Amino acid sequence: MVIKKAGDIKSSEITDRKTYLNRRQFMRGATLAGSVVATGFLYRQLLAPEPVLPTPTGKVAPDAQAAPKQWGLPGEEATPYQDITHYNNFYEFATDKYSVARTSQSLVTRPWTVSVEGLVNNPKVYDLDELLKLAPQEDRIYRHRCVEGWSMVIPWLGFSLSEVLKRAEPQGNARFVAFETVNDKKRNIPLTDALDWPYVEGLRLDEAMHPLATLASGIYGEALLPQNGAPIRLVLPWKYGYKSIKSVVRIKLVERMPPMTWNLAEPTLYGFYSNVNPKFAHRLRDQTAERRIGEYGKRETQMFNGYGDEVAQLYAGMDLNYYF
Amino acid sequence: MKEIKFYKVAIFINALVPLALVGWDWLHGRLGADPLNFVTRTTGTLTLVFLMLTLAVTPARKITGVQWLIRFRRMLGLYAFFYGFLHFTAYVWFDKFFNLRAAAEDVWRRPFIIVGLTSFFLMVPLAITSTNGMIKRLGGKRWQRLHKLVYLTAIGGVLHFYLLVKSDTRRPVIFGAILAVLLGYRLYVAYSSKLKAKPLSLTQTAPPR
Ligand code: HEM
Repeated sequence: MVIKKAGDIKSSEITDRKTYLNRRQFMRGATLAGSVVATGFLYRQLLAPEPVLPTPTGKVAPDAQAAPKQWGLPGEEATPYQDITHYNNFYEFATDKYSVARTSQSLVTRPWTVSVEGLVNNPKVYDLDELLKLAPQEDRIYRHRCVEGWSMVIPWLGFSLSEVLKRAEPQGNARFVAFETVNDKKRNIPLTDALDWPYVEGLRLDEAMHPLATLASGIYGEALLPQNGAPIRLVLPWKYGYKSIKSVVRIKLVERMPPMTWNLAEPTLYGFYSNVNPKFAHRLRDQTAERRIGEYGKRETQMFNGYGDEVAQLYAGMDLNYYF
Repeated sequence: MKEIKFYKVAIFINALVPLALVGWDWLHGRLGADPLNFVTRTTGTLTLVFLMLTLAVTPARKITGVQWLIRFRRMLGLYAFFYGFLHFTAYVWFDKFFNLRAAAEDVWRRPFIIVGLTSFFLMVPLAITSTNGMIKRLGGKRWQRLHKLVYLTAIGGVLHFYLLVKSDTRRPVIFGAILAVLLGYRLYVAYSSKLKAKPLSLTQTAPPR
Protein backbone atom coordinates (compact mmCIF):
# COMPACT_ATOMS: atom_id res chain seq x y z
CA MET A 1 0.00 0.00 0.00
CA VAL A 2 1.45 3.32 -1.02
CA ILE A 3 0.75 6.17 1.25
CA LYS A 4 1.19 9.48 -0.50
CA LYS A 5 3.17 12.03 1.38
CA ALA A 6 2.04 15.61 1.25
CA GLY A 7 4.74 16.38 -1.25
CA ASP A 8 3.32 13.84 -3.68
CA ILE A 9 0.13 15.82 -4.36
CA LYS A 10 0.57 17.50 -7.68
CA SER A 11 0.58 21.23 -7.39
CA SER A 12 -1.66 21.45 -10.48
CA GLU A 13 -4.46 19.76 -8.54
CA ILE A 14 -4.45 22.54 -5.97
CA THR A 15 -4.46 25.25 -8.61
CA ASP A 16 -7.36 23.56 -10.32
CA ARG A 17 -9.49 23.67 -7.23
CA LYS A 18 -8.57 27.28 -6.66
CA THR A 19 -9.48 28.25 -10.20
CA TYR A 20 -12.70 26.37 -9.80
CA LEU A 21 -13.52 28.27 -6.64
CA ASN A 22 -12.48 31.54 -8.20
CA ARG A 23 -14.63 30.89 -11.20
CA ARG A 24 -17.59 30.13 -9.00
CA GLN A 25 -17.03 33.26 -6.95
CA PHE A 26 -16.73 35.23 -10.13
CA MET A 27 -19.95 33.80 -11.58
CA ARG A 28 -21.79 34.55 -8.35
CA GLY A 29 -20.48 38.09 -8.30
CA ALA A 30 -21.50 38.59 -11.91
CA THR A 31 -24.98 37.13 -11.32
CA LEU A 32 -25.49 39.34 -8.32
CA ALA A 33 -24.23 42.52 -10.00
CA GLY A 34 -26.12 41.78 -13.22
CA SER A 35 -29.40 41.08 -11.47
CA VAL A 36 -29.12 44.17 -9.28
CA VAL A 37 -28.50 46.34 -12.34
CA ALA A 38 -31.44 44.72 -14.13
CA THR A 39 -33.77 45.23 -11.16
CA GLY A 40 -32.62 48.83 -10.84
CA PHE A 41 -33.23 49.36 -14.54
CA LEU A 42 -36.73 47.89 -14.30
CA TYR A 43 -37.52 50.14 -11.34
CA ARG A 44 -36.26 53.20 -13.22
CA GLN A 45 -38.25 52.33 -16.33
CA LEU A 46 -41.52 51.36 -14.67
CA LEU A 47 -41.88 53.21 -11.39
CA ALA A 48 -39.44 56.09 -10.85
CA PRO A 49 -40.57 59.64 -11.71
CA GLU A 50 -39.20 61.01 -14.95
CA PRO A 51 -36.11 63.15 -14.70
CA VAL A 52 -36.84 66.88 -14.87
CA LEU A 53 -36.31 68.44 -18.30
CA PRO A 54 -34.71 71.81 -18.81
CA THR A 55 -37.40 74.23 -20.00
CA PRO A 56 -37.38 74.52 -23.79
CA THR A 57 -36.47 78.17 -23.83
CA GLY A 58 -33.35 77.18 -21.92
CA LYS A 59 -34.03 79.60 -19.12
CA VAL A 60 -35.84 78.75 -15.94
CA ALA A 61 -37.73 81.95 -15.20
CA PRO A 62 -34.99 84.00 -13.58
CA ASP A 63 -37.35 85.85 -11.29
CA ALA A 64 -38.79 82.62 -10.04
CA GLN A 65 -35.35 81.34 -9.14
CA ALA A 66 -34.23 84.53 -7.49
CA ALA A 67 -37.03 85.33 -5.13
CA PRO A 68 -39.90 82.89 -4.69
CA LYS A 69 -40.79 84.68 -1.46
CA GLN A 70 -41.26 87.95 -3.24
CA TRP A 71 -43.90 86.27 -5.41
CA GLY A 72 -45.81 84.64 -2.58
CA LEU A 73 -48.90 85.55 -0.60
CA PRO A 74 -48.67 86.72 3.02
CA GLY A 75 -47.32 83.67 4.88
CA GLU A 76 -47.37 81.50 1.77
CA GLU A 77 -44.40 81.28 -0.58
CA ALA A 78 -44.95 80.85 -4.27
CA THR A 79 -44.37 77.31 -5.56
CA PRO A 80 -41.03 76.87 -7.38
CA TYR A 81 -41.26 77.18 -11.16
CA GLN A 82 -39.77 73.72 -11.61
CA ASP A 83 -42.59 72.08 -9.63
CA ILE A 84 -45.28 74.12 -11.40
CA THR A 85 -43.91 72.97 -14.75
CA HIS A 86 -43.22 69.31 -13.87
CA TYR A 87 -46.25 68.16 -11.90
CA ASN A 88 -49.17 68.51 -14.26
CA ASN A 89 -52.52 66.97 -14.93
CA PHE A 90 -53.19 67.31 -18.65
CA TYR A 91 -54.84 64.04 -19.67
CA GLU A 92 -54.72 64.72 -23.40
CA PHE A 93 -50.96 64.18 -23.15
CA ALA A 94 -50.48 61.67 -20.33
CA THR A 95 -52.24 60.49 -17.21
CA ASP A 96 -49.27 60.65 -14.87
CA LYS A 97 -48.19 64.02 -13.65
CA TYR A 98 -44.46 63.54 -14.19
CA SER A 99 -44.51 62.90 -17.93
CA VAL A 100 -46.77 65.70 -19.15
CA ALA A 101 -43.80 68.09 -19.30
CA ARG A 102 -42.13 65.76 -21.83
CA THR A 103 -45.14 64.58 -23.83
CA SER A 104 -46.51 68.10 -24.31
CA GLN A 105 -43.30 69.78 -25.48
CA SER A 106 -44.14 69.74 -29.18
CA LEU A 107 -47.66 71.19 -28.86
CA VAL A 108 -48.09 73.67 -31.69
CA THR A 109 -49.37 76.90 -30.16
CA ARG A 110 -48.96 79.24 -33.15
CA PRO A 111 -51.01 80.27 -34.99
CA TRP A 112 -53.79 80.16 -32.38
CA THR A 113 -57.29 81.50 -32.42
CA VAL A 114 -59.99 81.68 -29.78
CA SER A 115 -63.56 81.85 -30.98
CA VAL A 116 -66.05 83.77 -28.83
CA GLU A 117 -69.50 82.77 -30.03
CA GLY A 118 -73.03 81.70 -29.18
CA LEU A 119 -75.61 84.01 -27.63
CA VAL A 120 -73.64 87.24 -28.08
CA ASN A 121 -74.11 90.38 -30.14
CA ASN A 122 -70.45 90.52 -31.16
CA PRO A 123 -69.15 87.05 -31.97
CA LYS A 124 -65.47 87.16 -32.88
CA VAL A 125 -62.59 84.85 -33.70
CA TYR A 126 -59.60 86.36 -31.94
CA ASP A 127 -56.09 85.88 -33.08
CA LEU A 128 -54.04 85.15 -29.97
CA ASP A 129 -51.92 88.33 -30.15
CA GLU A 130 -55.02 90.44 -30.45
CA LEU A 131 -56.67 88.67 -27.52
CA LEU A 132 -53.64 89.17 -25.27
CA LYS A 133 -53.81 92.92 -25.86
CA LEU A 134 -57.46 93.31 -24.88
CA ALA A 135 -56.51 94.43 -21.37
CA PRO A 136 -53.32 95.04 -19.40
CA GLN A 137 -51.62 91.80 -18.25
CA GLU A 138 -51.38 91.64 -14.45
CA ASP A 139 -49.42 89.41 -12.06
CA ARG A 140 -52.10 87.52 -10.15
CA ILE A 141 -50.90 85.25 -7.36
CA TYR A 142 -53.50 82.60 -6.52
CA ARG A 143 -53.74 79.34 -4.62
CA HIS A 144 -54.42 76.35 -6.87
CA ARG A 145 -56.11 73.33 -5.27
CA CYS A 146 -56.26 69.97 -7.03
CA VAL A 147 -59.02 67.54 -6.07
CA GLU A 148 -56.29 64.90 -5.58
CA GLY A 149 -55.26 66.69 -2.40
CA TRP A 150 -52.28 68.86 -3.32
CA SER A 151 -52.01 72.61 -3.86
CA MET A 152 -49.67 75.27 -5.17
CA VAL A 153 -49.32 79.06 -5.07
CA ILE A 154 -48.96 80.23 -8.65
CA PRO A 155 -48.04 83.72 -9.88
CA TRP A 156 -50.15 83.88 -13.02
CA LEU A 157 -49.99 86.53 -15.69
CA GLY A 158 -53.37 87.50 -17.10
CA PHE A 159 -56.55 89.54 -16.90
CA SER A 160 -60.19 88.93 -16.04
CA LEU A 161 -62.26 86.80 -18.39
CA SER A 162 -64.97 89.45 -18.09
CA GLU A 163 -62.90 91.72 -20.37
CA VAL A 164 -63.58 89.31 -23.22
CA LEU A 165 -67.19 88.58 -22.31
CA LYS A 166 -68.10 92.29 -21.95
CA ARG A 167 -66.85 93.01 -25.46
CA ALA A 168 -68.88 90.12 -26.83
CA GLU A 169 -72.07 91.55 -25.30
CA PRO A 170 -73.97 88.49 -24.03
CA GLN A 171 -77.64 88.43 -25.00
CA GLY A 172 -80.42 88.37 -22.43
CA ASN A 173 -80.97 84.61 -22.57
CA ALA A 174 -77.27 83.72 -22.16
CA ARG A 175 -76.97 82.12 -18.70
CA PHE A 176 -73.89 79.89 -19.00
CA VAL A 177 -70.49 79.93 -20.67
CA ALA A 178 -69.04 76.78 -22.29
CA PHE A 179 -65.31 76.31 -22.86
CA GLU A 180 -63.39 73.91 -25.06
CA THR A 181 -59.74 72.76 -25.13
CA VAL A 182 -57.87 72.24 -28.39
CA ASN A 183 -58.06 68.62 -29.63
CA ASP A 184 -56.48 68.88 -33.05
CA LYS A 185 -54.08 65.95 -33.48
CA LYS A 186 -52.13 67.93 -36.06
CA ARG A 187 -50.93 70.10 -33.22
CA ASN A 188 -49.07 67.10 -31.77
CA ILE A 189 -51.55 66.12 -29.08
CA PRO A 190 -51.49 62.36 -28.47
CA LEU A 191 -55.06 62.38 -27.05
CA THR A 192 -54.86 59.43 -24.65
CA ASP A 193 -58.09 57.46 -24.32
CA ALA A 194 -58.50 58.31 -20.64
CA LEU A 195 -61.40 60.69 -21.29
CA ASP A 196 -63.60 61.82 -24.19
CA TRP A 197 -62.18 64.76 -26.12
CA PRO A 198 -62.37 67.64 -26.56
CA TYR A 199 -62.12 68.55 -22.90
CA VAL A 200 -65.07 70.78 -22.12
CA GLU A 201 -65.94 72.91 -19.11
CA GLY A 202 -68.59 75.40 -18.09
CA LEU A 203 -69.48 78.22 -15.74
CA ARG A 204 -72.58 80.14 -14.84
CA LEU A 205 -72.40 83.56 -16.53
CA ASP A 206 -72.14 85.40 -13.19
CA GLU A 207 -69.24 83.15 -12.14
CA ALA A 208 -67.51 83.80 -15.45
CA MET A 209 -67.99 87.57 -15.03
CA HIS A 210 -66.41 87.51 -11.54
CA PRO A 211 -63.13 89.45 -11.50
CA LEU A 212 -61.26 86.46 -10.00
CA ALA A 213 -62.06 84.38 -13.10
CA THR A 214 -58.83 84.90 -14.98
CA LEU A 215 -57.69 84.31 -18.52
CA ALA A 216 -53.99 83.54 -18.02
CA SER A 217 -51.19 83.47 -20.56
CA GLY A 218 -48.13 83.30 -18.29
CA ILE A 219 -46.53 82.18 -15.03
CA TYR A 220 -43.78 84.07 -13.18
CA GLY A 221 -43.88 86.63 -15.98
CA GLU A 222 -42.99 84.00 -18.63
CA ALA A 223 -45.29 82.76 -21.38
CA LEU A 224 -47.17 79.57 -20.43
CA LEU A 225 -45.47 76.28 -21.29
CA PRO A 226 -47.60 73.61 -23.00
CA GLN A 227 -47.93 71.54 -19.80
CA ASN A 228 -49.52 74.51 -18.04
CA GLY A 229 -52.09 75.13 -20.80
CA ALA A 230 -50.28 77.24 -23.40
CA PRO A 231 -50.98 79.56 -24.94
CA ILE A 232 -54.07 80.64 -22.98
CA ARG A 233 -56.15 79.09 -20.22
CA LEU A 234 -58.69 79.78 -17.54
CA VAL A 235 -57.80 80.17 -13.84
CA LEU A 236 -60.58 79.84 -11.24
CA PRO A 237 -58.79 79.89 -7.90
CA TRP A 238 -61.87 79.07 -5.78
CA LYS A 239 -62.64 75.89 -7.72
CA TYR A 240 -60.83 72.55 -8.09
CA GLY A 241 -58.06 72.60 -10.67
CA TYR A 242 -59.90 70.66 -13.36
CA LYS A 243 -62.36 73.54 -13.78
CA SER A 244 -59.50 75.81 -14.92
CA ILE A 245 -59.55 74.59 -18.50
CA LYS A 246 -56.29 74.68 -20.47
CA SER A 247 -55.32 75.61 -24.03
CA VAL A 248 -58.71 77.17 -24.78
CA VAL A 249 -59.96 77.47 -28.37
CA ARG A 250 -63.68 78.17 -27.89
CA ILE A 251 -65.77 80.26 -25.53
CA LYS A 252 -69.49 79.92 -26.18
CA LEU A 253 -72.38 81.62 -24.42
CA VAL A 254 -75.36 79.31 -24.02
CA GLU A 255 -78.74 79.13 -22.36
CA ARG A 256 -78.53 75.71 -20.66
CA MET A 257 -75.93 74.26 -18.31
CA PRO A 258 -73.15 72.98 -20.59
CA PRO A 259 -71.49 69.57 -20.14
CA MET A 260 -68.11 69.21 -18.42
CA THR A 261 -65.69 66.39 -19.14
CA TRP A 262 -65.03 65.07 -15.63
CA ASN A 263 -68.71 65.21 -14.77
CA LEU A 264 -69.50 63.09 -17.82
CA ALA A 265 -66.86 60.56 -16.72
CA GLU A 266 -67.80 60.38 -13.02
CA PRO A 267 -71.03 62.28 -12.27
CA THR A 268 -71.04 61.45 -8.55
CA LEU A 269 -67.49 62.75 -7.99
CA TYR A 270 -67.24 65.89 -10.10
CA GLY A 271 -70.17 68.29 -10.03
CA PHE A 272 -70.78 71.30 -12.25
CA TYR A 273 -69.81 73.80 -9.55
CA SER A 274 -66.80 71.97 -8.07
CA ASN A 275 -66.06 74.71 -5.58
CA VAL A 276 -63.25 73.80 -3.20
CA ASN A 277 -65.15 72.49 -0.19
CA PRO A 278 -63.52 70.76 2.80
CA LYS A 279 -66.94 69.52 3.96
CA PHE A 280 -67.70 67.61 0.79
CA ALA A 281 -67.28 63.86 1.41
CA HIS A 282 -65.49 62.99 -1.80
CA ARG A 283 -65.35 59.22 -2.37
CA LEU A 284 -61.82 59.18 -3.81
CA ARG A 285 -59.72 61.73 -1.96
CA ASP A 286 -59.82 63.51 1.37
CA GLN A 287 -60.88 67.15 0.87
CA THR A 288 -60.36 68.36 4.44
CA ALA A 289 -56.58 68.83 4.06
CA GLU A 290 -54.05 69.36 1.33
CA ARG A 291 -50.32 69.07 0.78
CA ARG A 292 -48.82 72.34 -0.39
CA ILE A 293 -46.19 71.34 -2.93
CA GLY A 294 -42.78 71.95 -1.39
CA GLU A 295 -44.00 71.37 2.17
CA TYR A 296 -44.04 68.12 4.13
CA GLY A 297 -46.96 68.61 6.45
CA LYS A 298 -50.54 69.25 5.43
CA ARG A 299 -52.62 72.41 5.52
CA GLU A 300 -56.31 72.53 6.27
CA THR A 301 -58.29 73.16 3.12
CA GLN A 302 -60.34 76.35 3.27
CA MET A 303 -63.86 76.81 1.94
CA PHE A 304 -63.69 78.28 -1.58
CA ASN A 305 -59.91 77.75 -1.27
CA GLY A 306 -59.80 80.87 0.93
CA TYR A 307 -61.63 83.12 -1.54
CA GLY A 308 -64.96 83.05 0.30
CA ASP A 309 -65.01 86.81 0.92
CA GLU A 310 -64.91 87.39 -2.81
CA VAL A 311 -67.09 84.61 -4.19
CA ALA A 312 -69.41 83.28 -1.47
CA GLN A 313 -72.20 85.66 -2.48
CA LEU A 314 -72.39 83.92 -5.88
CA TYR A 315 -73.80 80.88 -4.07
CA ALA A 316 -75.99 82.54 -1.45
CA GLY A 317 -78.83 80.24 -0.43
CA MET A 318 -77.49 77.21 -2.29
CA ASP A 319 -76.81 73.89 -0.55
CA LEU A 320 -73.24 73.33 -1.70
CA ASN A 321 -73.30 69.66 -0.71
CA TYR A 322 -76.12 69.20 -3.18
CA TYR A 323 -74.72 71.55 -5.82
CA PHE A 324 -71.19 70.22 -5.46
CA MET B 1 -27.46 23.02 -1.38
CA LYS B 2 -24.99 25.88 -1.56
CA GLU B 3 -26.36 27.30 -4.82
CA ILE B 4 -29.88 27.77 -3.40
CA LYS B 5 -28.45 29.66 -0.49
CA PHE B 6 -26.72 31.97 -2.92
CA TYR B 7 -29.91 32.51 -4.94
CA LYS B 8 -31.72 33.34 -1.74
CA VAL B 9 -29.13 36.00 -0.94
CA ALA B 10 -29.41 37.33 -4.50
CA ILE B 11 -33.21 37.60 -4.28
CA PHE B 12 -32.99 39.16 -0.84
CA ILE B 13 -30.68 41.87 -2.16
CA ASN B 14 -32.61 42.45 -5.39
CA ALA B 15 -35.85 42.91 -3.48
CA LEU B 16 -34.25 45.79 -1.60
CA VAL B 17 -33.07 47.55 -4.77
CA PRO B 18 -36.29 49.55 -5.37
CA LEU B 19 -36.30 50.68 -1.75
CA ALA B 20 -32.65 51.73 -1.99
CA LEU B 21 -33.33 53.69 -5.18
CA VAL B 22 -36.34 55.43 -3.64
CA GLY B 23 -34.10 56.45 -0.75
CA TRP B 24 -31.31 57.55 -3.08
CA ASP B 25 -33.68 59.61 -5.25
CA TRP B 26 -35.22 61.14 -2.16
CA LEU B 27 -31.83 62.28 -0.87
CA HIS B 28 -31.14 63.85 -4.25
CA GLY B 29 -34.53 65.53 -4.55
CA ARG B 30 -35.56 63.42 -7.53
CA LEU B 31 -38.92 62.17 -6.34
CA GLY B 32 -40.81 64.97 -8.06
CA ALA B 33 -42.94 67.73 -6.61
CA ASP B 34 -44.68 65.60 -3.96
CA PRO B 35 -42.14 63.09 -2.61
CA LEU B 36 -44.34 61.83 0.22
CA ASN B 37 -47.20 60.95 -2.11
CA PHE B 38 -44.70 59.30 -4.43
CA VAL B 39 -43.38 57.10 -1.61
CA THR B 40 -46.92 56.17 -0.60
CA ARG B 41 -47.87 55.15 -4.12
CA THR B 42 -44.63 53.38 -4.96
CA THR B 43 -44.60 51.21 -1.85
CA GLY B 44 -48.20 50.27 -2.76
CA THR B 45 -47.17 49.21 -6.24
CA LEU B 46 -44.24 47.21 -4.84
CA THR B 47 -46.59 45.40 -2.45
CA LEU B 48 -48.66 44.32 -5.40
CA VAL B 49 -45.58 43.32 -7.43
CA PHE B 50 -44.32 41.05 -4.64
CA LEU B 51 -47.77 39.55 -4.16
CA MET B 52 -47.77 38.64 -7.86
CA LEU B 53 -44.24 37.19 -7.64
CA THR B 54 -45.25 35.11 -4.62
CA LEU B 55 -48.26 33.75 -6.44
CA ALA B 56 -46.16 33.01 -9.53
CA VAL B 57 -43.90 30.54 -7.69
CA THR B 58 -46.22 27.55 -7.70
CA PRO B 59 -47.26 27.80 -11.37
CA ALA B 60 -43.61 28.33 -12.36
CA ARG B 61 -42.55 25.30 -10.34
CA LYS B 62 -45.24 23.05 -11.81
CA ILE B 63 -44.68 24.17 -15.38
CA THR B 64 -40.88 24.00 -15.36
CA GLY B 65 -40.60 21.08 -12.97
CA VAL B 66 -37.91 22.97 -11.05
CA GLN B 67 -38.99 21.92 -7.58
CA TRP B 68 -36.63 24.08 -5.53
CA LEU B 69 -38.30 27.29 -6.71
CA ILE B 70 -40.62 26.72 -3.75
CA ARG B 71 -37.71 27.57 -1.45
CA PHE B 72 -37.98 31.26 -2.48
CA ARG B 73 -41.69 31.64 -1.87
CA ARG B 74 -41.58 32.51 1.80
CA MET B 75 -39.08 35.31 1.24
CA LEU B 76 -41.12 36.80 -1.60
CA GLY B 77 -44.24 36.67 0.54
CA LEU B 78 -42.50 38.33 3.44
CA TYR B 79 -41.29 41.06 1.12
CA ALA B 80 -44.89 41.66 0.02
CA PHE B 81 -45.73 42.08 3.69
CA PHE B 82 -42.68 44.30 4.25
CA TYR B 83 -43.61 46.69 1.44
CA GLY B 84 -47.25 46.54 2.53
CA PHE B 85 -46.15 47.58 5.99
CA LEU B 86 -44.13 50.48 4.57
CA HIS B 87 -47.14 51.49 2.44
CA PHE B 88 -49.45 51.41 5.44
CA THR B 89 -46.92 53.36 7.52
CA ALA B 90 -46.52 55.94 4.73
CA TYR B 91 -50.28 56.42 4.75
CA VAL B 92 -50.61 56.79 8.52
CA TRP B 93 -47.54 59.01 8.73
CA PHE B 94 -47.26 61.09 5.56
CA ASP B 95 -50.93 61.25 4.68
CA LYS B 96 -52.56 61.49 8.10
CA PHE B 97 -49.68 62.48 10.40
CA PHE B 98 -50.91 59.98 13.02
CA ASN B 99 -54.20 61.87 13.25
CA LEU B 100 -56.29 58.79 14.01
CA ARG B 101 -59.58 60.65 13.86
CA ALA B 102 -58.85 61.87 10.35
CA ALA B 103 -57.70 58.36 9.41
CA ALA B 104 -60.88 56.79 10.81
CA GLU B 105 -62.98 59.25 8.85
CA ASP B 106 -61.01 58.46 5.73
CA VAL B 107 -61.56 54.72 6.21
CA TRP B 108 -65.25 55.27 6.73
CA ARG B 109 -65.67 57.55 3.71
CA ARG B 110 -63.44 55.91 1.11
CA PRO B 111 -64.06 52.37 -0.10
CA PHE B 112 -60.56 52.07 -1.56
CA ILE B 113 -59.04 52.59 1.90
CA ILE B 114 -61.31 49.96 3.50
CA VAL B 115 -60.36 47.46 0.82
CA GLY B 116 -56.63 48.28 1.19
CA LEU B 117 -56.79 47.92 4.97
CA THR B 118 -58.57 44.59 4.76
CA SER B 119 -56.02 43.26 2.29
CA PHE B 120 -53.15 44.38 4.48
CA PHE B 121 -54.57 42.97 7.73
CA LEU B 122 -55.21 39.64 6.03
CA MET B 123 -51.46 39.44 5.45
CA VAL B 124 -50.62 39.81 9.14
CA PRO B 125 -51.50 36.25 10.24
CA LEU B 126 -49.66 34.90 7.21
CA ALA B 127 -46.49 36.75 8.13
CA ILE B 128 -46.75 35.60 11.76
CA THR B 129 -47.19 31.96 10.78
CA SER B 130 -44.42 31.99 8.19
CA THR B 131 -41.77 30.37 10.40
CA ASN B 132 -40.89 26.67 10.32
CA GLY B 133 -41.93 26.34 13.95
CA MET B 134 -45.37 27.76 13.16
CA ILE B 135 -45.81 25.46 10.18
CA LYS B 136 -45.09 22.48 12.46
CA ARG B 137 -47.34 23.75 15.18
CA LEU B 138 -50.27 24.31 12.81
CA GLY B 139 -49.67 21.19 10.78
CA GLY B 140 -49.17 21.30 7.02
CA LYS B 141 -52.85 20.98 6.06
CA ARG B 142 -54.11 23.71 8.34
CA TRP B 143 -51.18 25.96 7.49
CA GLN B 144 -51.93 25.59 3.81
CA ARG B 145 -55.59 26.32 4.27
CA LEU B 146 -54.77 29.45 6.29
CA HIS B 147 -52.33 30.67 3.67
CA LYS B 148 -54.97 30.52 0.98
CA LEU B 149 -55.90 33.95 2.42
CA VAL B 150 -53.18 35.37 0.22
CA TYR B 151 -55.58 34.98 -2.72
CA LEU B 152 -57.98 37.38 -1.00
CA THR B 153 -55.16 39.82 -0.25
CA ALA B 154 -54.10 39.86 -3.89
CA ILE B 155 -57.66 40.28 -5.17
CA GLY B 156 -58.25 43.04 -2.62
CA GLY B 157 -54.98 44.75 -3.57
CA VAL B 158 -55.96 44.89 -7.23
CA LEU B 159 -59.47 46.09 -6.35
CA HIS B 160 -57.96 48.80 -4.08
CA PHE B 161 -55.82 49.98 -7.00
CA TYR B 162 -58.76 49.90 -9.41
CA LEU B 163 -60.95 51.93 -7.05
CA LEU B 164 -58.39 54.66 -6.42
CA VAL B 165 -57.44 55.66 -9.97
CA LYS B 166 -59.30 58.61 -11.43
CA SER B 167 -60.02 57.50 -14.97
CA ASP B 168 -56.99 55.74 -16.42
CA THR B 169 -57.54 52.14 -15.36
CA ARG B 170 -54.75 50.59 -17.42
CA ARG B 171 -52.34 49.76 -14.59
CA PRO B 172 -54.85 48.13 -12.23
CA VAL B 173 -56.30 46.22 -15.19
CA ILE B 174 -52.84 44.89 -16.11
CA PHE B 175 -52.32 43.67 -12.53
CA GLY B 176 -55.82 42.20 -12.62
CA ALA B 177 -54.99 40.29 -15.80
CA ILE B 178 -51.79 38.88 -14.32
CA LEU B 179 -53.66 37.84 -11.19
CA ALA B 180 -56.38 36.22 -13.29
CA VAL B 181 -53.76 34.11 -15.06
CA LEU B 182 -52.08 33.09 -11.80
CA LEU B 183 -55.34 32.14 -10.08
CA GLY B 184 -56.83 30.72 -13.28
CA TYR B 185 -53.89 28.33 -13.54
CA ARG B 186 -54.67 26.97 -10.09
CA LEU B 187 -58.32 26.45 -10.97
CA TYR B 188 -57.28 24.73 -14.18
CA VAL B 189 -54.93 22.37 -12.33
CA ALA B 190 -57.53 21.53 -9.71
CA TYR B 191 -60.18 20.94 -12.38
CA SER B 192 -58.03 18.89 -14.73
CA SER B 193 -56.74 16.63 -11.95
CA LYS B 194 -60.36 15.85 -11.13
CA LEU B 195 -60.98 15.00 -14.78
CA LYS B 196 -57.93 12.76 -14.81
CA ALA B 197 -59.08 10.97 -11.68
CA LYS B 198 -62.29 9.81 -13.37
CA PRO B 199 -61.04 7.77 -16.32
CA LEU B 200 -58.54 6.17 -13.96
CA SER B 201 -61.24 4.87 -11.65
CA LEU B 202 -63.27 3.72 -14.66
CA THR B 203 -60.49 1.51 -15.95
CA GLN B 204 -60.10 0.08 -12.50
CA THR B 205 -63.75 -0.87 -12.02
CA ALA B 206 -64.42 -1.97 -15.56
CA PRO B 207 -64.14 -5.76 -15.83
CA PRO B 208 -61.43 -6.93 -18.14
CA ARG B 209 -63.43 -7.70 -21.27
C1 HEM C 1 -52.22 44.52 0.30
C2 HEM C 1 -52.35 45.74 0.58
C3 HEM C 1 -52.21 46.92 -0.36
C4 HEM C 1 -51.82 46.95 -1.68
C5 HEM C 1 -51.41 45.79 -2.56
C6 HEM C 1 -51.86 48.33 -2.09
C7 HEM C 1 -51.52 48.77 -3.36
C8 HEM C 1 -51.57 50.08 -3.77
C9 HEM C 1 -51.30 50.53 -5.11
C10 HEM C 1 -50.89 49.64 -6.25
C11 HEM C 1 -51.47 51.89 -5.13
C12 HEM C 1 -51.38 52.81 -6.33
C13 HEM C 1 -50.03 53.21 -6.71
C14 HEM C 1 -50.05 54.23 -7.83
O1 HEM C 1 -51.01 54.99 -7.96
O2 HEM C 1 -49.07 54.25 -8.56
C15 HEM C 1 -51.84 52.29 -3.81
C16 HEM C 1 -52.09 53.60 -3.43
C17 HEM C 1 -52.55 53.96 -2.20
N1 HEM C 1 -52.86 53.12 -1.15
FE1 HEM C 1 -52.57 51.12 -1.09
N2 HEM C 1 -52.28 49.11 -1.05
C18 HEM C 1 -52.50 48.28 0.02
C19 HEM C 1 -52.92 48.66 1.28
C20 HEM C 1 -53.20 49.95 1.65
C21 HEM C 1 -53.56 50.37 2.99
C22 HEM C 1 -53.65 49.45 4.21
C23 HEM C 1 -53.78 51.72 2.93
C24 HEM C 1 -54.18 52.68 4.01
C25 HEM C 1 -54.79 52.43 5.08
C26 HEM C 1 -53.55 52.15 1.58
C27 HEM C 1 -53.67 53.46 1.13
C28 HEM C 1 -53.28 53.90 -0.10
C29 HEM C 1 -53.24 55.29 -0.49
C30 HEM C 1 -53.63 56.48 0.37
C31 HEM C 1 -52.77 55.33 -1.81
C32 HEM C 1 -52.43 56.54 -2.64
C33 HEM C 1 -53.52 57.35 -3.16
C34 HEM C 1 -52.98 58.63 -3.76
O3 HEM C 1 -52.26 58.59 -4.77
O4 HEM C 1 -53.26 59.67 -3.20
N3 HEM C 1 -53.20 51.05 0.83
N4 HEM C 1 -51.92 51.17 -2.99
